Parts: sequence; C-alpha cells; structure tokens
Amino acid sequence: MFDWVENFAGWLVYSVFRIAEGSKAGDALNFFVYDTIKILILLFIITSVMGAVNSYFPVDKVRNFLSRNKLFGLEYFFASLFGAVTPFCSCSSVPLFIGFVKGGIPLGVTFAFLITSPLVNEVAVAMFIGMFGLKATLIYVVSGILLGMTGGIILSKLKLEKYLSPWVQNILSQAEKEGDLKEDKKTFLQRLPEIFKEAFGIIKSVFWYIIIGIGLGALMHGFIPTGFFEEYISKDNPLAVPLAVILGVPMYSNAAGVIPIIQVFVQKGIPIGTAIAFMMAVVGLSIPEATLLKKVMTWKLIAIFFSVITVSIIFSGYLFNIIL
Amino acid sequence: MKQIKILGTGCSKCKSTYNNVIEALKLSDIQADVIKIEDIEEIMKYNILTTPVLMIDEEIKVKGRVPEINEIKQLLTV
Repeated sequence: MFDWVENFAGWLVYSVFRIAEGSKAGDALNFFVYDTIKILILLFIITSVMGAVNSYFPVDKVRNFLSRNKLFGLEYFFASLFGAVTPFCSCSSVPLFIGFVKGGIPLGVTFAFLITSPLVNEVAVAMFIGMFGLKATLIYVVSGILLGMTGGIILSKLKLEKYLSPWVQNILSQAEKEGDLKEDKKTFLQRLPEIFKEAFGIIKSVFWYIIIGIGLGALMHGFIPTGFFEEYISKDNPLAVPLAVILGVPMYSNAAGVIPIIQVFVQKGIPIGTAIAFMMAVVGLSIPEATLLKKVMTWKLIAIFFSVITVSIIFSGYLFNIIL
Repeated sequence: MKQIKILGTGCSKCKSTYNNVIEALKLSDIQADVIKIEDIEEIMKYNILTTPVLMIDEEIKVKGRVPEINEIKQLLTV
C-alpha cells in the first residue's frame, strides 16, 4: 500500500537532493520522508474512522449505556472498549471521572474506562500500524483493553470508595441514573464535514510531535549501530521490562513523540514487548495526570491506582515478549 | 447583554477557547460578560463530561473541543 511513498522518498532524497545512496545522511533523510508521509496518511484514516465511531457514540451516550444496562460483568469490557475509541484529552479525565461516578457507574468500571482511554488512542494506533505492522497493532490494542479491564476489576475488589475526596463521596451518595439524551438525527454525509474537521484538528495538534519524533528517530536510525542496545536491555535480562516501565511512568509525552523513538529501539535490538510496555507507561501514566486526579482522589488512592496499572503493564510486557 | 461561560480546568484547550471567545467578541463588536469557570466542583454542576465547554446564556453550545473564532461569531449572532 505504501510502495509509492517509498519510491517517492527514494526519488526525493537520492535524485532531487542528490544525497549518495547508502550514506548515513541519505538513509536518515529517506527514513524521515518515508515515515512522515506514511504516518500522516495513516493518521488521517484512523482519526477519521474513530471520529465517525465517536460521532455515533459520544461519551455521554457511553455513560448512559453503562449506567442503565445490567451487563453481568461485561461492563468492564465495554467501559474499556469505549475508552479505547474515545479521544482523550488528559484535562477531561477529571470531569469524565466525576460524570461517570455521578451517573451511578461503579468505581471499578469508571477506572477501566480511565485506564484504557489514554493507553489506546487513535494517534498511537495509526503510528503502530505504520511502524510495527498490523499484528503488533492488534496485540497492542487488545492488550490495552485487557489492561483496562483487569485494572478496573482489581481496583473494584479493593473497595476504594473511602479514599475519594470528600466532595466526590458526596456525589457518589447522590448518584442517579441519567435521563434521556437529545439525539442528533444526522445522516452520515451531514456528519462527514465535522468528522474531517476533528481529524484535521487532531493531526494539527500532534503534527510537530510527529515531525520531531520521527526526526529524532531518523537520526538515531542512521547513526546508532544495530544491536547497540542489546548489550544493556536484552531479552534475557529479566529486569529489562520493569526497568523500562518504571522509567516510563514519570515521563510524560504523547504517543506521537514516543513511538518513532521506540521503533528505532526495536530495530536496534530491544524486544518489542519491552518497548510497548515502556510506551504504555509513558502515555498511560504521568505526574501531570496524578496532579489532575488529586482533585478527586486522595494521594493514597492515586498511589494504589498507579501501582495497579504499573504492575499490569509490567506483566503485559513480559507477555508480549513471550508471544511476539 | 449576553453571558458567556467557559468551563475548563485550565488546560491549554480551555485557554485557546477563552482566547477565541475574546477574539470573536472583538471582531463582531458584541458586548458580553465572559466568565471563566475553573473550579472543578463548580464545573460539575453543569453535568458535562468533556472540557472545554462554551456556554452562551446558560446553554451549552460546544463541548469537548476548541470552537473556532468564526464558529463563535455565528453562535453569538443567532
């Protein structure tokens, strides 16, 4: 599907810019041009598809669905699945959290949504397809959803309601089922302009991260010898996964900036499971998110929340290294 | 006079919404009270799930995204 992009990148770098084929600068530039075009195309496709899904299932509808239906345990799955398709801005995590709790959705189910939402997002999916292929993408998405489910279920078993901030506990006691929503009765064609507008908005907001990420990746790609990292973080080193995850938790970056760099790590010998685990830790958990959550949770709950997810990510990292 | 409320916990999207509102008011020569609501407890009284939210005269017009200047101008003139 992307042969023409590869040809174009080769033509541009070697024929137009006249950089010698096989030189380090040429390789790096070729890699940069090819990856940037490919990723931007994929990003547009994925954000449009997710935008369409989201236009029919906005987050308000998700909440009503979860709050009204008896789902016999499947609610964790649905919350996590919806979390994956809902575009996520970390500044919305607090209103979402409260909104869910207010609608009578159990804390564990709310957590399931909150865990998956940043972990699986349209930007990461597009970049994964472009850089690691469909199989790795599928494993990433499925494990992101499973992670949210497991995290949610574990957190619900711990009975953590008492560690919410007092004013949130107050809301919890007055929770009620949501009323009906005003439905948008629009045809697909009527929705399309808005979907595209959203898609372009998302691309615009991550554009420079992608350029810088791919740029750094291209530089590293051209200049770091293959097998460079293997000495330090090999598959046999049992501490590699936890180390990568713990390193990733306090870091904060969006998927657009991290994935190109991770791709280089993988090409230079780091196992893909370790790399995915690292990425999940970077995009899923961060210090800014913790400070946001402080408004609704006590530090103790935040610590428990972060620990459960960290451990789950480490576990899934080992799992990937075994399957992939 | 119209009353405009911008709900958001102070993230960059909320700030751009605020700036766009100010710009739209300037361009359309409309006088309005612009109120920024950043306190989360206050925000949750409006029963919303995603921020930023743009409200005009107590009615939610835009939620979960940054409205463009032209869009705000249109919303203000109807």
